[in-house]
Amino acid sequence: MGEPATKELLSLDDLEAAGNLHSGRKHVLSILVENKFGVLTRVAGLFARRGYNIDTLTVGPTDDEQYSRITLTFDGAMHSVDQVTKQLHKLINVLKIRDLEPDDTVARELALFKVAVEGAQRAEVMQIADIFRGKVVDVTRRSIIVEITGTTDKIAAFERMVRPFGLIEMMRTGEIAISRGRGET
Amino acid sequence: MRAVDAIMECLKAEGVDVVFGLPGGANLPTYDAFVDAGIRHVLVRHEAGGGHAAEGYAKATGKVGVAFATSGPGATNVVTPIVDAMMDSVPTVFITGQVRTDLIGTDGFQETDTLGITMPVVKHSFQIRSPLAIPRAIHEAFHIARSGRPGPVVVDIPQDLSRADIDYVPVTDLHLPGYQPTIEGNTKQIRQAAKAMASARRPVIYAGGGVINANASKELFEFATSDRFPVTCTLMGLGGFPAPHPQWLGMLGMHGTRTANYAMDEADLICCIGARFDDRITGKLSEFAPHAKFIHIDVDPAEISKTIPAHIPIVGDCKNVLTKLVREYRALEGVDTTRTDEWWQRIGAWQEKHPLRYEPTTDAEIKPQYMVQALYEATGGDAIVTSDVGQHQMWAAQYYHFAKPRRWINSGGLGTMGFGLPAALGAAVGCPDQTVVCIAGDGSIQMNIQELATCAEDKIPVKVFIMNNGYLGMVRQWQELFWEKRYSHVDMGSYPDFVKLADAYGATGMRLTDKATLVDDMKEALATPGPVVCDVRVTREENTYPMIAPGQAAREMVG
Repeated sequence: MGEPATKELLSLDDLEAAGNLHSGRKHVLSILVENKFGVLTRVAGLFARRGYNIDTLTVGPTDDEQYSRITLTFDGAMHSVDQVTKQLHKLINVLKIRDLEPDDTVARELALFKVAVEGAQRAEVMQIADIFRGKVVDVTRRSIIVEITGTTDKIAAFERMVRPFGLIEMMRTGEIAISRGRGET
Repeated sequence: MRAVDAIMECLKAEGVDVVFGLPGGANLPTYDAFVDAGIRHVLVRHEAGGGHAAEGYAKATGKVGVAFATSGPGATNVVTPIVDAMMDSVPTVFITGQVRTDLIGTDGFQETDTLGITMPVVKHSFQIRSPLAIPRAIHEAFHIARSGRPGPVVVDIPQDLSRADIDYVPVTDLHLPGYQPTIEGNTKQIRQAAKAMASARRPVIYAGGGVINANASKELFEFATSDRFPVTCTLMGLGGFPAPHPQWLGMLGMHGTRTANYAMDEADLICCIGARFDDRITGKLSEFAPHAKFIHIDVDPAEISKTIPAHIPIVGDCKNVLTKLVREYRALEGVDTTRTDEWWQRIGAWQEKHPLRYEPTTDAEIKPQYMVQALYEATGGDAIVTSDVGQHQMWAAQYYHFAKPRRWINSGGLGTMGFGLPAALGAAVGCPDQTVVCIAGDGSIQMNIQELATCAEDKIPVKVFIMNNGYLGMVRQWQELFWEKRYSHVDMGSYPDFVKLADAYGATGMRLTDKATLVDDMKEALATPGPVVCDVRVTREENTYPMIAPGQAAREMVG
């Protein structure tokens, strides 16, 4: 292809279309927004009306009270990350969006598991929790609550382990993520 | 100073010379401020009329259109104009009243969640929570409405806050850290685009409403005539390139010319400028322009590669980008100007074989297409034309050959019936020295006919030409073509009597039924002072052709 700086004309055949491709993987978007009334509704509403499915969404304060951080995950097989980020950028209160690369990101989620256990089973679940570096936060005669922090995969693995004991309920926060290294997310 | 008086100061600082609206309980304080403000207020008869009037004003003048409505039903009545302005990128500010802050959330009288209802359909919105925030919100609203890709902005002001006493200090520094539209096109990309255009053997320029919004029709003309690039425009882009020009292919899309659609179908390079590959343009997406590479210029990055992947994407204001593109194109060396000769021969053959045509009548009956041609003649082709939505809109687009921008005002994206009359009212207020005509359908006109009273009271000399076939014509056409002619609820019958209705509203009514005298009758209507309504009786069952049937490819045009 003729370089823009040269005087040669282009060959149209060499032009390649850009953008709008489905990546086929999970994406974690870290969205810095103004801490104002209704901003979360605008973000969530955008996803609803454009037909994008959100897998998880968390929102919380940042080190600067003027801004909040939304961490949002969605399936790049179903939607073009290019379109999703461009549409989000059109929201006036959205300042910055980062599509976090999994390798350069520390992502964590917190989950609480309430498991039905009695007698010897309790020790077994506590042992599994220990392996997952979980914490037992509540115990009754017939149940136990375990707190697990980690990646989505780790939490899913723990769920698979304890489900056979009788999983009464599970609560997950959805992922938060931060970029590795010195630079800001 | 009362916050409402500060609102008036803000409006004046933004250059607002007219507001379209209707008062109610929640915006009583604001209306009190109008008494001394010295800003013209046009009292519409329905808030939807006010919203569309603001749109018509904005489209005709290029300035921000402003509409006021009260809370609750006032606000919900402007929802249609808000969506319309969003779809067609019309710079508008809607200021709605809200119930007192102590009533918010209690289902108070005329309370509605205006922000929530409009959130999906605005460029941005503000709900005022402190009277001190009002001036800044108004100025930011105007900035957002008119910059980047224009659109509607809503400012919702609770009644009690609007009465508060504040120190008004003019706001000069806007705080919008998340809003920085890209205006400057990337020079490298623009150079790439120039080179690609110079290499193309079958190029087409496909221009849309973005060219009009950016006031870039002069630059478009210069670019197109830097070489012999064929030009087609979307419904929203008509007038962006002069229709009576040898490089003009006509409108493209569902009811565009065969030449324009065939050219898109066979093009090797399409330069899309301020348009968005809407489904009414592309037809069947997978078969759209199968041989083409795409340059896509748009101020809104989200439009680029949304449905059609762009090969050379350029984000920027159309005027800025086109100015640079012309410069880059003219600087190229070794461009073979004969490379498009074969292409022009092919285009010429289509133009000859497939002009816009219809079967003329032999008696006095007026064909709808002829009605538009007659109006073109009667107005010298130089009127501001608004339309409603349906067959008459397509015929107006096809047969009124717009030579200049901001002369064709219609509802494209949303397709809002009832748009034409209030839009004409707004255009006439904004451009008092121009002839403003509204081509309406007998179905559409009734959706905002109350604005005739506004025209009569305010002496706004809009000339309405109703293309009366007694049908919801476009729906009838689809029922005929795609639903085995099983007509279901499309016959509008013979009421109302539009001449009597015009008279009742204080306008002049005329009934035009004879082809032979039509042009002269129209001239008479145009010369009549004040608002005029012409009930033009046209052929009842006439279809708008040519047509790309829904879901079909452009090369399969019918009619």
